[in-house]
Amino acid sequence: MSYLAAIKPIVRKSRENRTIVVSLSILLLIGLLALIGPWLSPHHYASTDFEHSFVGPFAGDWHLFGTDDLGRDLFVRTMLGVKVTLFVAIIASVVSLGIGVAYGAIAGYVGGNVDAVMMRIVDALYALPFIFFVILLMVVFERNFLLIFVAIGAINWLDMARIVRGQTLSLKQREFVDAARLIGVSGRGIIFRHITPNLFGVVVVYMTLTIPQAILVESLLSFLGLGVQEPQTSLGALVNGGVGNMERAPWLLLMPAIVLALILLCFNFLGDGLRDAVDPKKKT
Amino acid sequence: MLRYALLRILGAIPTLLLVIALAFLMVHAAPGGPFDAERVLPPEIEANVARAYHLDESLAQQFVRYLSGLVRGDLGPSYRYRDYSVADLIGRALPVTLQLGLLAMSLAVVVGIAAGLTAALSKNSYVDRFVTGVAMTGISVPVFVIAPVMVLIFAVYLDWLPASWTGGSGVSRLVLPGVALALPQIAYIARLTRASMIAVLSSDYVRTARAQGLRTRSIVRYHALKPAMLPLLSYLGPAIAGILTGSVVIEEVFGIPGVGQFFIRGALNRDYTLVMGIVIFYATLVILLNLVVDLLYGILDPRIRGR
Amino acid sequence: MSLLDVKDLSIRYTDKPVVNQLSFAVAAGESLGIVGESGSGKTQTAMAVMGLLPANAATGGSIRFDGQEFLGSSDEVMNRYRACRVAMVFQDPMKALNPYLTIGDQLRRILLEHKICAPREAREGTLAMLKKVGLPDPERQYGVYPHQLSGGMRQRAMIGAALIGEPDLLIADEPTTALDVTVQAQILKLLRELRTQSNTALILITHDLGVVAGNCDRLIVLDDGQLLEHGATAEIFTAPSNERTARLIACSPRLDVTARISSLTGGAKPIVDIDNISVSFRERRAGRFGHLHALRPLSLQLAPGETVSIVGESGSGKTSLARAVLGLIPAQSGTVSYAGSELPGLVQSRPNKVRRNLQMVFQDPANSLNPAMRVAEIVAEPVGIHQPKTKKADRNKLVSEMLRHVGLGPELQERFPHELSGGQAQRVAIARALIIKPKVLVCDEAVAALDGTIQSDILHLLQAEQADAGLSLIFITHDLSVVRQISHRVMVLYMGRVCELAGNEELFKRPKHPYTKALLSSVPVPDPTADPQDVPVAGEVSSILDPPKGCPFHPRCQHAVARCTTEIPKLESVNGTRVACHRARELDLSY
Repeated sequence: MSYLAAIKPIVRKSRENRTIVVSLSILLLIGLLALIGPWLSPHHYASTDFEHSFVGPFAGDWHLFGTDDLGRDLFVRTMLGVKVTLFVAIIASVVSLGIGVAYGAIAGYVGGNVDAVMMRIVDALYALPFIFFVILLMVVFERNFLLIFVAIGAINWLDMARIVRGQTLSLKQREFVDAARLIGVSGRGIIFRHITPNLFGVVVVYMTLTIPQAILVESLLSFLGLGVQEPQTSLGALVNGGVGNMERAPWLLLMPAIVLALILLCFNFLGDGLRDAVDPKKKT
Repeated sequence: MLRYALLRILGAIPTLLLVIALAFLMVHAAPGGPFDAERVLPPEIEANVARAYHLDESLAQQFVRYLSGLVRGDLGPSYRYRDYSVADLIGRALPVTLQLGLLAMSLAVVVGIAAGLTAALSKNSYVDRFVTGVAMTGISVPVFVIAPVMVLIFAVYLDWLPASWTGGSGVSRLVLPGVALALPQIAYIARLTRASMIAVLSSDYVRTARAQGLRTRSIVRYHALKPAMLPLLSYLGPAIAGILTGSVVIEEVFGIPGVGQFFIRGALNRDYTLVMGIVIFYATLVILLNLVVDLLYGILDPRIRGR
Repeated sequence: MSLLDVKDLSIRYTDKPVVNQLSFAVAAGESLGIVGESGSGKTQTAMAVMGLLPANAATGGSIRFDGQEFLGSSDEVMNRYRACRVAMVFQDPMKALNPYLTIGDQLRRILLEHKICAPREAREGTLAMLKKVGLPDPERQYGVYPHQLSGGMRQRAMIGAALIGEPDLLIADEPTTALDVTVQAQILKLLRELRTQSNTALILITHDLGVVAGNCDRLIVLDDGQLLEHGATAEIFTAPSNERTARLIACSPRLDVTARISSLTGGAKPIVDIDNISVSFRERRAGRFGHLHALRPLSLQLAPGETVSIVGESGSGKTSLARAVLGLIPAQSGTVSYAGSELPGLVQSRPNKVRRNLQMVFQDPANSLNPAMRVAEIVAEPVGIHQPKTKKADRNKLVSEMLRHVGLGPELQERFPHELSGGQAQRVAIARALIIKPKVLVCDEAVAALDGTIQSDILHLLQAEQADAGLSLIFITHDLSVVRQISHRVMVLYMGRVCELAGNEELFKRPKHPYTKALLSSVPVPDPTADPQDVPVAGEVSSILDPPKGCPFHPRCQHAVARCTTEIPKLESVNGTRVACHRARELDLSY
């Protein structure tokens, strides 16, 4: 009841916001296409066809985006890439959400010295070029999906922790929490009835801003050859493949690049729009 | 102020140690030793190799040894480039990376601030919409997409600039990688500048300045510029980290023999000491630059300076 | 001809008119008060005169200043008038001054921009102005940033910035609202003095009729963007032509009315016994941890059905006292007993049976209601805790009865707090507290954020509850007129120490502590015939981190003697009141 109440105004404002509506629609469309597109296409993502390598886009036989050096259908592979990229990004965001919310909420709720130490740690970690550590991690351990999730999640939780901590801290100091104590609400009641519902909106919004960051990291790793491995693919890996053939077959670079850019753009617009909807003062 | 500075400097030390320990432990927690992936060696040779690299000592001893080496600027030997030390390799590659990074950073700051200010001062105009639109694209499109697309356009189709490091010379071969590296940071800085300037311009004290009959030019110059630029200062740290990360990609795309390329080669070849060395080197660099930024902030913000 | 001539001014935002067909004029050297409650359009009018309305404001009518039309004029035209002909002082000097520039630079910039003097002389001119507005050491304050000044000094600097261009008209928008009452008296006096020196016309915007009474020749009263009343100040006060104005005047705070308070049956055991309670905070300062003594040991007994007001300016420790008594912050020492039995220090460890009896109403209702809960849920929550077996239907009935009791209709039950007005929200907060029938209600500045008329409604509601249910009230406030209206006894705090504890009538008629007297004389009287207070108490509250030796009030006290600077006075009985002043017996501060 109260959770719904917390996001209701966001939903109401979002419906009036063209940016949010448009970017959300595009994202849903891409997501839908990634799910059912390969199923509609006659081609399989891993099946090679050396007689039809480097076919241009829209050039017949349902090769919508053309084919690559091995004659694999680029549309199906791009849709697979979208699926993999989104999957990794969403899982990674959930990981970072979990860490960030827990860390931030504890720091904010406990407060005092615990909070000071916990936030100094976050400040220190903020200063690190994390991606290098992730790459080191990838080098040291066998590459696998799980590790990618964890690694990306582990670097993206800092923002969430800061925001949740700030919110919790200010909520805790709001007088309605004092009022709740005075009427006899228990510690649990205060956390679950009075604090979390008011955190909910902000967390939802920042989650949409975490996803594009996770996408960026995943595709960067795949681009460098450290992420998803063949015959599986992701948008970063596809762009990397496209770079090698860009003079001969520019579509191999452009198609996945455009899709990737579009997804990132939509997520960023969505996040920005939602943030404004939650807090009109922080308009950027 | 002195206390603030001292605190910051002292605060950086545990972070540095944390970084080193993290990288060190990661490498040493690797399943098996660093040489396991290679062909099986006779036990006595393996022992010799282990002794040569001090792998027979306890983890703590190795860590202390590594630390004491670090203090003297010794990052240990490379596992792959057997004849070189990690420090040698970084030293050789650093000038190129530095050149590229500095170019990108100055571009980012100059263009980013100029674009952001222009947009903020003509809020909601077409210029503003154009800048915000381009900036949004800039932060959304990753470097590894921008760079190859730029190569495709400016090198392959238009043939104005060399497509790779070896294909050109002098300034010309720096232009494409430098711009590509700077673009996302230009976008971030422009957005930040715009948002921050707009916030300052709608503050109560700017309203006071308007009530005092100051022209917009005077308001911006004397009242708004400094407070609007301060948040940018704290973005410089992340910007530096962003440029370093981007340089790895850029060096890969353009085939530039910089630190980033060694890093990727090292990563793909599982050259643990090299990768660890570069991670530590970069992390230290970023931490130190952040420290400088922090100190600058303390000097510029009167509310901190007073402490 | 008038200096400023406003004709049929209308201001509206998209669909909402904020000022409607407003006409008034200001002659050279005259002072005009604009009075109204929040949302009456008074600040918008001032902004329109300065040409500072936001771009999305639609305007109509005309604003002529010395023949020049201001409405719709470009910044370029306006800048010829701003500072040198018309200037403005804003409400909160902390926000209105640039935190990144020194005071001197901010003033000097105005001289340079308008070429009022040669660049070489700008520094001298600024220093002269800083001296004129009463900054004690202009050379030092020239190079200081706003946050390094006290509230009163900041507002003096703000006034200096407004007057440095020697304007013909000064607009002051709630110039003293953010300040303590003793400082307010100083700033009002400064404005009066400066005006007699320079013959500057003044528009004084305020919600406080007391402030305009002694400072303005004429008055306009606004309500909801409409002109209610327009005339000479004295006339409006004696014979308001409009019912709303009459009510505004009736509800305006006065100290000279006799309190209408219930009489107490003597001899009852105290319901709350506060014994030697003190509060201190650990404060990090210059790297070392120190103790900030917010409240020094203090005792107070509250009788059933009694109202005790705790009065003080910022830093007096009044809020710390309230929060420590309720267990929201830990007390450093001392105990609180309820109905004879000692309570655990923190509210979390107090048994629910006792907890329900001590409730609180906070200053800002927007902050004290959970934004994610509906009114009905908020008011029902305590019932669910203390009478968990109540059936849902009964609970709903309880809630609607309680809401009706505090004067709210059933249609508000499904609203969220942000959909309520300030007065409505405060009623919800009171309903939440009263639904579990507490014996003691602590009100921390509970009416400070509300407009005058609503303020008086809420006070009546609380008094009615006291009469019906025998509720005891601890009323924390800085507002002496509220104190006068509702208290049985009054406790005056200064820098964490009790100055005086006395019965209502006694305190207001025969104050015994110089600080009490200073507070009382600082309150602006909403009576234009009364002489404005021309010798307000000097200085401002000292830093609580670095309290003066001896009596904390001695640096500001005109009666201080050598002993006051070394020895802290004890709280003693003098003619039936408790006073902490070495000279209480010899001084006669009665009115």
